[in-house]
Amino acid sequence: MEITGAELFVKALKEESVTTLFAYPGGQAIDLFNALYGEKEIDVILPRHEQGLVHAADGYARSTGKVGVCLVTSGPGATNLVTGIATANYDSVPLVCFTGQVPTSLIGNDAFQEVDIVGITRSISKYAVTVRKREDLAETIRKAFYIAKTGKPGVVVVDLPKDVQKAYGSDSYQKKIAVRGYKPNTSVHMGQLNKALDILSHAKKPVFLIGGGVNIAHANKEMTQLAEMTGVPVITTIMGKGAIPTTNDLYVGNIGIHGSYAANSAISKCDVLFSIGTRFNDRITGKIEEFAADAKIIHIDIDTASISRNIIVDVPIVADAKKAICALLEKVKPLHISEWTDEINRLKMEYPIDMQKSGLTPQRVIQSINELFEDAVITTDVGQNQLWTTQFLDIDENKQMLTSGGLGTMGYGFPGAIGAKLGNPHKDVIAISGDGGMQMNIQEMATAIVYELPIIICILNNGYLGNVRQWQEMFYDRRYSSTCMRYRRSCETGCNTPNHCCPEYTPDFIALAESYGAKGIRVTQPEDIKTALISAKQNTKTPTVIEFIIDREINVMPIVPPGNSLKDMILESEESTE
Amino acid sequence: MKKRWICLFVENEIGVLARITGLFSGKSYNLDSLTVGITEDNTISRMTISLTSDDRTFEQIKKQLSRSVEVIKVVDYTDTPLHMKEILFVKVNHCSDADISELFRISKVFGITVIDYDGSTVLLECTQTENKNDDLIILLKRKFVNRIEVTRGGSVAVESVSISER
Repeated sequence: MEITGAELFVKALKEESVTTLFAYPGGQAIDLFNALYGEKEIDVILPRHEQGLVHAADGYARSTGKVGVCLVTSGPGATNLVTGIATANYDSVPLVCFTGQVPTSLIGNDAFQEVDIVGITRSISKYAVTVRKREDLAETIRKAFYIAKTGKPGVVVVDLPKDVQKAYGSDSYQKKIAVRGYKPNTSVHMGQLNKALDILSHAKKPVFLIGGGVNIAHANKEMTQLAEMTGVPVITTIMGKGAIPTTNDLYVGNIGIHGSYAANSAISKCDVLFSIGTRFNDRITGKIEEFAADAKIIHIDIDTASISRNIIVDVPIVADAKKAICALLEKVKPLHISEWTDEINRLKMEYPIDMQKSGLTPQRVIQSINELFEDAVITTDVGQNQLWTTQFLDIDENKQMLTSGGLGTMGYGFPGAIGAKLGNPHKDVIAISGDGGMQMNIQEMATAIVYELPIIICILNNGYLGNVRQWQEMFYDRRYSSTCMRYRRSCETGCNTPNHCCPEYTPDFIALAESYGAKGIRVTQPEDIKTALISAKQNTKTPTVIEFIIDREINVMPIVPPGNSLKDMILESEESTE
Repeated sequence: MKKRWICLFVENEIGVLARITGLFSGKSYNLDSLTVGITEDNTISRMTISLTSDDRTFEQIKKQLSRSVEVIKVVDYTDTPLHMKEILFVKVNHCSDADISELFRISKVFGITVIDYDGSTVLLECTQTENKNDDLIILLKRKFVNRIEVTRGGSVAVESVSISER
């Protein structure tokens, strides 16, 4: 039977088991939306901005493990996706983004709302392609889903010119696919694995360093087993957090510039660094020459290009984290390293991450979330709110944290939570954001309202772009350049000290939430934290915004100053030792 | 730093060349030359890429190329016996009679061909290795200051069948 390209598009989505589509219409996508009209099997979600849309699809994909699917129009619809595409691709999130395009006859003519979105996204996606012929449509869509979710997952952009959407052609959609230039690794090299095991078995001071790859491969259960069978302490990157429950005795903490002292010390002292699914990003290594300087390094990663790029490794193993861990589980033996684990435990006890402050601190907010929510997805925005969450949030098999780790995209947290709630309607979904990032996609409050998503939005409001302000305080002589969110033109210039006379914050987040029809709670005292969170949890009808008014100059501690080795951390900020 | 050669088999599709060159520019990899042409299978193009890099960067480049969906195969030609040729045209303008006889002498020594001539301008064609072409250009530049126009095609390379020729 002959059907239009748009009809085939809808058929393809169903064949790919897409049940939720994040979509914003426009002139060059109108035929696709027409084909979706009245469609019962696909829930079409209309966010309020394409950036919010793509972050929502990203949150949906991260929290469900399914492919997130976006549909937008050409030109500005497509370019508004760009930040979200880079965000998702950087963190290996499977997305397929369909963009409308002007008819093939007009491509290159500078037509209305024409952009070369394939050219724009080439370097920030896993694959990007324009479908130029109706007969290629089915195979290209199939290929897009296959590439997005296999191997190291990523973003595929499929550009659909209007004439291809309208043209009639075959209704066939074949699931079988082979891409000759794309062969994701499906095996584990046993020779290399045995080498790794041999090194591990002789280690006196081994650690596991776990990155996001373990979470992406859904190998958390296996990773926990591996840690418990060997008794080797586990350190994670921000993206790897939750690879084993954070409450497990073997969990040391996060590595990196805001990691825990115990974790960073252990990395600096270890003799075998067994790493899985991390690319040794500059945020975790500190001064690269001194990173795990005495250790033999084993590195398992699905991406060959991640191996021996930043850190030269002794045993490289290209494999999927889950497959590799399962293969390890068949062979590992317990190690006798109690001296080492005692040393790490002592460091953990002696140098906990603790704000040591009274009052309404981010630590108290996040620890209250730990206590009150058992089955939840927690998203973060980017900046101090993110770092505090990665420091204090407990994660186990029923809790998940979504964060923009690679690109560090402000504005991710709230729309990400919308996607997570759509994918996990029975879980509590909490977005932890700062006052800055919250305003970057605040328009999605309408989306949360209209789709009746009772998300809890925790805004940690310090009236600053806090992370940059912290750097300005610590490394730039308190020159608070463009970081005060309460600044008005009438303020004195060069202000670097917040005080009680600062102008009112804009917007009033509570009034704003209420204007959308959401519930708003402002918390200024530590004793009200739990009441507010409980009240938000009980509100199952609308989103709840809780604005926590926190100390304006509270810092993320400890910190490895730029250029320093992981060993050289500043543990406490001056003001918090008072 | 060392001179490297890569042979790349890619999908013969729109945008693939941009993907490859974009990878080099986006990641600050140096690129000396790149040639591309369709193979006996018209769905596949073959590129010959030459670049100068250290070992570690070169490993990264090969890995980054292989992980591109459009790349079918990456072959490192750096230490492989190869046949390599680069087409080079040189136009020499405002030639006197003496210049012309000199050019004919040069062409004999260098094994190049005079393929066109209009009384004052001589067009030379040279199909040798990149290095020999470099030598010729240096010589001509010195002898015919500001009078030469160079067009070069970039190297193409293929593995030797029986001999070790570079």
